[in-house]
Amino acid sequence: MATGRCREFVIEDGAGPVPRRVAAALRPHFTVAAQTRRRARQVWLDTFDWRLHTAGLVLRQVSGARSGELVLITSAGEAVASEPLPTQRWPCLIDVIPEGPLRDRLSPVVEIRALLPVARADGTLTQLRVLDGEQKTVARITLEVTALAQPAAGPLPPRLILTPVRGYQSATDRAARLLAAADGFAPSTRSAFQTVLATAGRQPGDYSDRVDVTLPESMPARTALATVLLRLADTMEANVGFVIRDVDTEFLHDLRVAVRRTRSALRLAGDALPGDLAARFAPEFKWLGDLTTPTRDLDVNLAGFDAMVARLHAAAPGDLEPLRAQLTHQRAIECRKLARGLRSARFGKLMVSWRGALDEAAAPPRAPRRSKRAHQPTADIGSLAADRIGRAYRKVAKRGAAITAAGAAGGPPAEDMHALRKRCKELRYLLEFFGSLYDPAALRRAVKDLKGLQDCLGDFQDAEVQRAEVREFATWMLARRAAPGTGQPPVSELAATLLAMGELTSQLHAQQLRARAEVAGRFAAFARAGSLRTLGLLPRMAKA
Amino acid sequence: MKIFATYNIKGGVGKTSAAVNLAYLAGEDGFRTLLWDLDPQAAASYVFRIQPRVKGGAKALIRGARPLDDAIKGTDFDHLDLLPADFTYRNMDLALHKAKRPTRQLSRLLGPLAADYDIVFLDCPPSISLVSENILHAVHTLLVPLIPTTLSERTFDQLTAFIDSLDGQRPAVLAFFSMLDRRKRLHREIAARLTAERPDIAATVIPAMTVIEQMAVRRAPVPAFAPRSAAAQRYRQLWTELRGRSGLT
Ligand SMILES: Nc1ncnc2c1ncn2[C@@H]1O[C@H](COP(=O)(O)OP(=O)(O)OP(=O)(O)O)[C@@H](O)[C@H]1O
Ligand SMILES: [Mg+2]
Repeated sequence: MATGRCREFVIEDGAGPVPRRVAAALRPHFTVAAQTRRRARQVWLDTFDWRLHTAGLVLRQVSGARSGELVLITSAGEAVASEPLPTQRWPCLIDVIPEGPLRDRLSPVVEIRALLPVARADGTLTQLRVLDGEQKTVARITLEVTALAQPAAGPLPPRLILTPVRGYQSATDRAARLLAAADGFAPSTRSAFQTVLATAGRQPGDYSDRVDVTLPESMPARTALATVLLRLADTMEANVGFVIRDVDTEFLHDLRVAVRRTRSALRLAGDALPGDLAARFAPEFKWLGDLTTPTRDLDVNLAGFDAMVARLHAAAPGDLEPLRAQLTHQRAIECRKLARGLRSARFGKLMVSWRGALDEAAAPPRAPRRSKRAHQPTADIGSLAADRIGRAYRKVAKRGAAITAAGAAGGPPAEDMHALRKRCKELRYLLEFFGSLYDPAALRRAVKDLKGLQDCLGDFQDAEVQRAEVREFATWMLARRAAPGTGQPPVSELAATLLAMGELTSQLHAQQLRARAEVAGRFAAFARAGSLRTLGLLPRMAKA
Repeated sequence: MKIFATYNIKGGVGKTSAAVNLAYLAGEDGFRTLLWDLDPQAAASYVFRIQPRVKGGAKALIRGARPLDDAIKGTDFDHLDLLPADFTYRNMDLALHKAKRPTRQLSRLLGPLAADYDIVFLDCPPSISLVSENILHAVHTLLVPLIPTTLSERTFDQLTAFIDSLDGQRPAVLAFFSMLDRRKRLHREIAARLTAERPDIAATVIPAMTVIEQMAVRRAPVPAFAPRSAAAQRYRQLWTELRGRSGLT
């Protein structure tokens, strides 16, 4: 349980073996005892979206011939936890890690994302111990002579890592000073992980699902829109390989969001693109969106399954297990269909031609050729964004007013909820696409107010979808029983499952009632907050 | 987190030897283990080559001016840390007296360690005091080394009677015979009879063995410097027995 800050040194050329040079540097205050020397493979791990890095954590698996260990430290080099773990074939979900302090620390950060190998280095690790006058170990030294093996091959500078034994930080600091003063040990300005990343040419945080583009207000609208759409295409392509391999469910989520955003951009502002580009590609992206829907719906269902079971009072938790088994089975089938679709020539061609079209659209307009259909390259993104956000806002306001007027007992009908939800989404997307045009603080406030309303509408919708599914599965189970030959559950078991589904339906119904009762209030709060209304036509929102 | 203590009113019966070796074996099994050397004589700290010094002393620890966490030192062994002794521990009773619930102070102090440790061993000084009363309230199992003499059963009965008289949560008690001299027939007979008769006496006996005495010279737990010795074997057996009884998986 070593805790405290590690110190790292780069070992420079010098005379004699390194352990002897270390011992000479620390004399007469400390003696050095050799411990072990082993060949080891080190794999640094993080989620695709760099959650560990963002949280200031560095996770590494060190494995030797027979054993392996996961080691978690902070990016400042402080030990957090470690756990024995045999060599894995990464990526893996966090359940491969045995329960314990390390997993407890990781799981709120990593959640459902897979741990992917960021880089791998192979080499020898030599352990030394630093002893005080009582021959007590006060610090440990690891000599690392390794080379990067993945994602590219390359030598890494030999390093020395000095780790304090708990409670001996000051002795360790002293040893660090002695080493720094000696020839041949240069305090490292970069951590081992930073060196590995730099050698590997990897940039932490090189993936984000946000539309992080910067658009100058005066940029031609078509260029700006193409820039946003190219960014979304990047997101799709970054995720698609992992979706095919089914690494974790968030890859599909991010892919879908990018597709949905693309479709909305085409619908809401596609007229700014040259020619019939929007009309040509819209059906293809609808196809892509539809392709991903069944798997995603099942992912959502399975992810919420335990919470759903926990909510049951009358039914026994096991009553819904046949349903879970069916969902899992169905998911495997849908995943294969999805992978086939994403490997298809149709998808490949779509991405190539889409990028080509966008590259062309993004390029500065050529000198107008003589053509009958001259487009309007004059519009700048500042005015287009203001126009479209204004329109979208007015639609939200209109729908919202209708809902407030309805005011009837039980709240507005489902169709109105649905319509308002769609309008809110459109507004939200536009704010995301063109966010860089506006004052960040004002934008954050606007998005936050809108989100409160969207969450309520989302609750309603989720319950709606789940209810439909429960009904569908009930039908499926009865049909399967009617079908001869299949492994039929006994009637009593079937009855228990159906009753549990009934209880579930009633809970979902209650959730919808709550959302309907709340929605008028949420809308009023949104309208009152005015963060968008004052920005309504947005001159105030735009940077002065 | 399970808390164990080696305790006997009598001195020199093998409390420290047991605490050091059992704590080492717990760490070896992968349990995150802390050994608290509560004896101002600091025998356990000495074995681990750790200075018997806690800044602010007993008073600072009990008043909470200094969290236990700060005073903990890593031993040379995996999964085993030590909270060192301090000379001021000889006045621990005084500091405890001044606290609000004087008999529950150790429980309170140990509470926050549950996040970091699976097992805590307390190595106690030989006495009856407020410190020992605190220990009885804090621990899950009290380990009592007994020298196999005719009086040992009586001493042990007095201790269990005292524990039964306590209110609140009472510790389980597990005695074991320590420093059994195999050349003495009486030792052998007493040990054989009582281990068979009494479920609160461990089946494992720790005989008198020179390798155990050598701990003070080698300054390490027996299984660390003589892993295959008969003594290491016995402590391992005792640890397995304790582990099983306290439901540690
Ligand atoms: N099984 C044994 N065989 C031989 N010597 C032993 C054995 N157990 C303990 N000793 C020795 O007996 C002495 C006292 O043992 P130990 O320190 O473990 O007892 P203690 O009960 O903790 O004593 P104290 O009451 O002074 O704290 C030490 O010198 C120790 O080496
Ligand atoms: Mg002792």
